[in-house]
Amino acid sequence: MSDIATSLNGASFEGITRVEEMRAQGMITLRGDFADPAFVSAVTGLVEADMPGQRQVSTGAERSILWMSPDELMVLCTYAEAPILEAKLRDALADQHALVANVSDARACFELVGGDLREVLAKLAPVDMSPEAFAVGDLRRTRLAQVAGAFWLSSEDKAQIVCFRSVGEYMFNLLKTAAQPGSSVGFI
Amino acid sequence: MSTRLAKGGRLIDRSKTVKFSFNGKSFTGYQGDTLASALLANDQMLVGRSFKYHRPRGIVASGAEEPNALVNLGSGVTHEPNQRATTTELFEGLTATPQNVWPSLDFDIGAVNSYASRLLTAGFYYKMFMYPRAFWKHVYEPFIRQSAGLGKAPDAETRDPDTYEHFYAFVDVLVIGGGVAGLQAAKTAADSGAKVLLIEQTADWGGRSLVDGGSIDGKPAVDWIKDTLEALENMPNVTLRNRMMGAGVYDHGYALGYERLTDHAPKVAGPRHRLWRIRAKQIVTATGAIERPLSFAGNDIPGVMLAAAVRDYVVNHGVSIGDRTVVVTNNDDAYRTAIALNEAGLDVPVIVDAREFGGGALMEQAKALGIRVETGCGIAKVHGKKRVTSVDICKQAGEGAVLWSIPCEAVAMSGGWSPVVHLWSHCGGKLNWDDTQAFFRPDASRPPKGDDGEAMVRVAGSANGELGLNAGLQDATAVGQAAAAAAGFEVAAVAPQAAEEPETPIEPIWQMPQGAHYGLRLKSWLDFQNDVKVSDVQLAAQEGYESVEHTKRYTTLGMATDQGKLSNINGLATLSNALGEDIPQVGTTTFRPPYTPISMGAIAGEARGEIFQPIRKTPMHAWHEANGAHFEPVGHWRRPYAFVKSGESVKEAVHREVLATRNSLGLLDASTLGKIIVKGPDAGKFMDMMYTNMMSNLKIGKCRYGLMCTENGFLTDDGVVARIDEDTWLCHTTTGGADRIHAHIEEWLQTEWWDWKVYTANITEQLAQVAVVGPNARKLLEKLGGMDVSKEALPFMEWRDGELGGFPVRAYRISFSGELSYEIAVPANLGRAFWDKLLEAGAEWNVTPYGTECLHIMRAEKGFIMIGDETDGTVIPQDLGLNWAISKKKEDFLGKRAQQRSHMTDPKRWKLVGLETVDGSTLPDGAYAVAEGKNANGQRNTQGRVTSTYHSPTLNKGIAMGLVLNGPDRMGEVIEFAAVDGETMIGAKIVSPVFFDPDGEKQNV
Repeated sequence: MSDIATSLNGASFEGITRVEEMRAQGMITLRGDFADPAFVSAVTGLVEADMPGQRQVSTGAERSILWMSPDELMVLCTYAEAPILEAKLRDALADQHALVANVSDARACFELVGGDLREVLAKLAPVDMSPEAFAVGDLRRTRLAQVAGAFWLSSEDKAQIVCFRSVGEYMFNLLKTAAQPGSSVGFI
Repeated sequence: MSTRLAKGGRLIDRSKTVKFSFNGKSFTGYQGDTLASALLANDQMLVGRSFKYHRPRGIVASGAEEPNALVNLGSGVTHEPNQRATTTELFEGLTATPQNVWPSLDFDIGAVNSYASRLLTAGFYYKMFMYPRAFWKHVYEPFIRQSAGLGKAPDAETRDPDTYEHFYAFVDVLVIGGGVAGLQAAKTAADSGAKVLLIEQTADWGGRSLVDGGSIDGKPAVDWIKDTLEALENMPNVTLRNRMMGAGVYDHGYALGYERLTDHAPKVAGPRHRLWRIRAKQIVTATGAIERPLSFAGNDIPGVMLAAAVRDYVVNHGVSIGDRTVVVTNNDDAYRTAIALNEAGLDVPVIVDAREFGGGALMEQAKALGIRVETGCGIAKVHGKKRVTSVDICKQAGEGAVLWSIPCEAVAMSGGWSPVVHLWSHCGGKLNWDDTQAFFRPDASRPPKGDDGEAMVRVAGSANGELGLNAGLQDATAVGQAAAAAAGFEVAAVAPQAAEEPETPIEPIWQMPQGAHYGLRLKSWLDFQNDVKVSDVQLAAQEGYESVEHTKRYTTLGMATDQGKLSNINGLATLSNALGEDIPQVGTTTFRPPYTPISMGAIAGEARGEIFQPIRKTPMHAWHEANGAHFEPVGHWRRPYAFVKSGESVKEAVHREVLATRNSLGLLDASTLGKIIVKGPDAGKFMDMMYTNMMSNLKIGKCRYGLMCTENGFLTDDGVVARIDEDTWLCHTTTGGADRIHAHIEEWLQTEWWDWKVYTANITEQLAQVAVVGPNARKLLEKLGGMDVSKEALPFMEWRDGELGGFPVRAYRISFSGELSYEIAVPANLGRAFWDKLLEAGAEWNVTPYGTECLHIMRAEKGFIMIGDETDGTVIPQDLGLNWAISKKKEDFLGKRAQQRSHMTDPKRWKLVGLETVDGSTLPDGAYAVAEGKNANGQRNTQGRVTSTYHSPTLNKGIAMGLVLNGPDRMGEVIEFAAVDGETMIGAKIVSPVFFDPDGEKQNV
């Protein structure tokens, strides 16, 4: 889906880590009762990923589920698939009290690759980014400098960051500044 | 004169010379120098002028406590005032200028104040400048502004080229201070496995022991420091940072670390300063102690320095302050200076010890070196103007009769040491007065406490009042162990042993000599930077200032940029003597962060330039930028106020946009409007609580305008609600209200109606939304094709999903302009393409993108209210004639009860009306309608005010809305509004607020 007009159309920057705006990504907001087996089985069955633990990401073969709050999940899939999966989820959850919304266009997504990516995040978010405290698969909804955002590590050398679309440009410039050459902290 | 010695200088590399300039003159120093040591090496004794009397000022100290040697550092874009020469590491090309000098450092006109110092006593400004009152603004203030102040503020037009950043760090134990105590505390804590961060404000590890020596565990202290540092460097759980100051300690183990990365090497890439925002389970402050000056006449003359600083410069930088240095002291430590000077081959003509029987082992050592020691004596007066020439020695017990006059170039003074308790005190740690050692020290039983009610800060070494090397090591070991244990780590620790000679106790000396007459006290400085003398504090006490906090403000003692690091204890001891009270009764002033000033850049961090503040941008923002948008801030968004074409004023652009939209076709980027989904079996019930009108009975496919009030009844937001399906509603909010209203409804949902089955989602950013407005709006959409947008298929106040021009859309038939109007929502990523398509297809109708001002005018012509114009947090819907939107059937809704209160139902509440000026002009925004008579304050009575006012291009006259007393009952009456000058009156007729198309014929086609 490289022709989808995202906030920055795939801008990138090379510093103490690589900063890249990701191409359009399918995102579906889900709200429901995690304690209800019907909700859990409908979601995990359709997404083909396990339920994530608190502040965690669960990655399946094709899609992932992000834990957003005690009653909110975010499903990641391809941009093209999102409306189809949204409809399927809506059908599957029709008999339950749940909310399904395709929000694939609402956010800007960034990836940090390699280098001091943990330190770049620790410059912007009040989060303990040490490997003991923040492992692959952990997720935080927090702030990055002055805007709300969420991030997680998809592997030791890859971090995913999402923020609202309207502040995508701010986020990119922020990450660029935090990743400026010569700014490694040497703490984490 | 001060000079560089042929040998010595632990820190300097004599093979590497460094060029720098001060006061326009070029100098040379060595790598390893501070600006202060390099200036002294070049005999630059005079470095600035004092704040009030413009007295010559020289370097007093060798570290962060320095009050005098403040310089303007750099020039142009890198200019920075009030930089401390003693903590500025020398680098090639450094440029510094002295501060508070006019016209020059050597000849300063302001120094005439010094001759008037008998008049310029404490509180002089308060007393003098009271009368005549008119003189303040035109005579006194300009004069004071010229003569007072320290560094120059950077030029407003320059931009700092450096970058700064923040960093969030989480540790078990934070140790502040890299002297022997800090190293030992960090080592002990780290041995437990705890994650330790050890920070040191200077470039050097080891603190005073590097200069003062001693032996630890049988080896020289310097070697022990080296070994311990190496051991710490090899521990994976330890991070060491030098050039990083512990700036402040705050609640819950939060501390600020101020790291200066490139101040010493400006050409290195990366940020200049980094502000560490540290969360520590435990904080250990090992911040050492600061030497106190002695109060004798002329103690501010350049060449009079702290004793430890004099030996620092000799040992660290191979710099001598003068060939002959008189040492004056009330404790044993200053003898080390005499010994160090003697070892460097310099002369110490006399050690003046105020104690009757002098000191202990160190005194004997000095005597053995052949140095003359006079006990029970003090300095009566120092002679010299811009540098010391001689001192008069007297009996400490007397009034200052001169026993001997001794020529010398330098005076090394020591009034004892004060533990650096700042960080301990920042967050509430309490102090005790230690009578034996004559200082305030932390009281471990009254520590700053964490969330568990237990101590979160501990103090080690000299900072804890353990001045001896061995005592400090024992203390640091115990404190390191306790901090680790409190952070959840166990360690068995063995303290190193240091050889220590017992010292003879200090004798507190607050005035030298003790019976000094007024003339001497008038020249005995307490605060060197702010020119506060012993006589000033005594005067304040005489005038009734008993509280140390009041005295501080009255005399300005300790209020300079050094925050009284040298002066506070001497000042409050002087005050307590004057009041006849004990020092603990008088107490200290409050210690507040930061420990020494930190740069504004570090505080701002990354927030500058293009990321100073987030600016929210819609998917169409780039088009707006490229097409003449004159932006206005709405929340964090920048919305086009108008699209200005070349040769057009903003006002003309607005005028054009209104007419083009009314007559043909306009487009508005409405993407910023809030969009919140409310869904669930109880959603209808919930919507009825949130809005004043009925929303549960809205039919699927239909829209309804709704009002939201706070529980106090005031109107807080409005917008169109659409019923999406059986249990889903979509709420539109104002642009600024999206996040606020989402939070508002979630709060009620989570706290009051937590058991209702409702979920919400803020999908504002998922959709780009365009208002297609004007008589040709339908034609444009029909041209795009895809869905039926006819009056029958999509009637007014309804919505449909469909496709337009190949775009998946949700089309709403709603109007905020009174025109035939659609709002079309598309996925945000398609927003720009859809906008472009509308422009292209609309060309035949002269499609005109319009901005927020055009939107405002069109809504005002229709009498539609605007949140923030007609409302200000004190307005209820009833004031605005919106009773039709307040359900009478509903049992309850937010604000209902409040709106029934007597003040809300008071018929005298001002009500909304339209206003039409008699002469057709436009009323000033916010203007008040005047009424007869004056109120109790002598102000003209009022009977209404303007809430919105515009020139209507459609009607070609001024139109306004306003709240007026009994307004709706006074239709046709002319009332007077006061213009901005308060004199000119503008007559306006009260009319209906709907100025244009009152029957809605234009929108309903």
